[in-house]
Amino acid sequence: MTTAANETEMTLVQAVTDALACEMRLDDRVIILGEDVGLNGGVFRATEGLQAEFGADRVVDSPLAESGIIGSSIGLAMNGMRPVPELQFEGFMGPAYDQLCSHAARFRTRTRGRFTVPMTVRVPHGGGIHAPELHSDAPEAIYAHQPGLKVVMPATPYDAKGLLIASIRDPDPVIFFEPKRIYRAFREAVPNEAYTLPIGKARVVTEGTDLTVVAWGAMVVEAAKAAEQSKASIELIDLRTISPLDEDTILASVEKTGRCVVCQEAPLTLGLASEISSLVTERCFLHLEAPVQRVAGFDTIMPYYKLEMEYLPGPDRINAAIDETLRY
Amino acid sequence: MPITTAYETRIDHVSILDEHGVFDETLGQDLISEDQLPAIMEHLVFCRQLDEIAFKLQRSGRMGTYPQNTGQEMPSLAAALAIEKADWLVTCYRENTGLFWHGLPPECILLHWMGDERGNHIPAGVNATPIAIPIGTQMLHAAGLGWAEKAKKTGAIAVTFFGDGATSEGDFHEAANFAASLKLPVVFCCQNNGWAISVPSSVQSAGETFAQRGISYGMPCVRADGNDLFAMTKVMKDAVARARAGEGPTFIEAVTYRLRDHTTADDARRYRDAGELETWEARDPLPRLRRWMEAKGLWDKSQHEKAMKSGEERVAEIISNAEEIAAPDRSEFFDHMYADLPASLKRQRDSKRTTSLGQFPEDLA
Repeated sequence: MTTAANETEMTLVQAVTDALACEMRLDDRVIILGEDVGLNGGVFRATEGLQAEFGADRVVDSPLAESGIIGSSIGLAMNGMRPVPELQFEGFMGPAYDQLCSHAARFRTRTRGRFTVPMTVRVPHGGGIHAPELHSDAPEAIYAHQPGLKVVMPATPYDAKGLLIASIRDPDPVIFFEPKRIYRAFREAVPNEAYTLPIGKARVVTEGTDLTVVAWGAMVVEAAKAAEQSKASIELIDLRTISPLDEDTILASVEKTGRCVVCQEAPLTLGLASEISSLVTERCFLHLEAPVQRVAGFDTIMPYYKLEMEYLPGPDRINAAIDETLRY
Repeated sequence: MPITTAYETRIDHVSILDEHGVFDETLGQDLISEDQLPAIMEHLVFCRQLDEIAFKLQRSGRMGTYPQNTGQEMPSLAAALAIEKADWLVTCYRENTGLFWHGLPPECILLHWMGDERGNHIPAGVNATPIAIPIGTQMLHAAGLGWAEKAKKTGAIAVTFFGDGATSEGDFHEAANFAASLKLPVVFCCQNNGWAISVPSSVQSAGETFAQRGISYGMPCVRADGNDLFAMTKVMKDAVARARAGEGPTFIEAVTYRLRDHTTADDARRYRDAGELETWEARDPLPRLRRWMEAKGLWDKSQHEKAMKSGEERVAEIISNAEEIAAPDRSEFFDHMYADLPASLKRQRDSKRTTSLGQFPEDLA
């Protein structure tokens, strides 16, 4: 594969770093804060080299306190800055939940527009990297259920850069989940300059006619493997944004295929897949040849890593769901 | 020597005009100009009147739950006197005197407690945050607001208020730690009013003072008589100057007392000793200042009567402004969910339906 002069082959995590660097060069208001984001470049190296380029006043190693990171970012955002706080792992969002849901999500409506919170919270997301407890969860539905927040999750390097820059420029708070399992899974050509992709717009990864598979984050890669192995013609949709949901892309696809399987890492019950299932059932009822099927994690605590692959849906489980839905 | 002293400290207590009317001329010199004091007294009279009327509005069903400020007028007013227009007040809900002095229209506070978010639409140019309902979370916003001023090199600072109970919340500690570690221009003021609803301050901390809460974060800590406008103004001015000079935060404990119930939904007689209330009524900050001003010839009975009359008129006007504002549009609460309303929310707003099929009448036809 050749790369054009204005593009660079990079991994998803490198695309995140590149997006941050591009936007920091363009906008003095952008400030990064979090645990280990400075000299150390973040535990996943997502902020590698940024403190050297932009200085310790703009790439700030903060005290180890998630609520403090988000609460002070809210104040920064309310007062003209564009903070991009990092929370080290999704399992550590708990201490910041109150600031995210009681304040970040509410300031615009609470003050009828006097104060807004243009903040992008970067959070590595999901399992599959042999990490300790609370380093492998999938809590996106919790934050998608909170009015006032936006929730974004890319699945490719190109999308990661465009969506992260769009999130930083967005006038409202965005939770930007980064699928850590595919941080370095593959490279693709990414434009060197800053660009944005629309928040709230899904991507049709492969077109197909027999069945629609909806996935997001690292599950897009698993679903693509499943689709490749399947004999059926699969249309794969990568949501890219969890909230607001791109209903039109999902509905147009299922109207065409008549069948739908939704894949998520999170527990089966009350997850985003359930919402998509309701949506498709209600809006595509007369087009459906089979019930919408969800492929998910179990309704258990995510096990320690010896058994994490038992928990996470992979191509086999996704294909079993595809086959069942096609046979129905 | 195997054991040495690793750290030693002490907490100063500042009092200038004490409850017996004794004024410390050295400390009190040039703190507040004598020319300004009559306007301050008028403001205090008005705020006390509004506070007492707000209670009656709730009792007569014209307003929702309201937390009275009576007895705690001085700490936030001192902050407002010590700061500039560009500085921030990041308050809890017993800081009306300071907020109004800083430029917040009193109608905003009434509207808030009348269940109308438009009361939180603080006018542009007034740097204050709305009433913070969840306890002890707003100090982190003050840290961030001050941080932004530092990043923008404006020289502006943030003063944040919270109660003794709020110092038990984790966010207080995170805010103090962020502000001190990152040298942010913030002033922390704890209004220790003795009670967190029914729980006495002794349960919030086994420490002798709340001021010492700040010591472990590496910031200067001071305690002051919260019912003494002069003492509060002195400690505020010192803390504001320190913050503005880039020297970081200061922790102030204002020792005061909640002379009324926690809110109109509370009945303090269930848990509070009548004798304690009597003791503190004798320390009421308003009569204390008034007596001193009268003795100094800075205030007299006729001025007081005039202030009472103009205060009454102003209170009546503010209540009528708050009550007569046109009702919000039925779907007004959609308007500020996001800068751009997503399609699904527009559909809910326009159809006024949350039945998932009912939002698509064409599908049901």
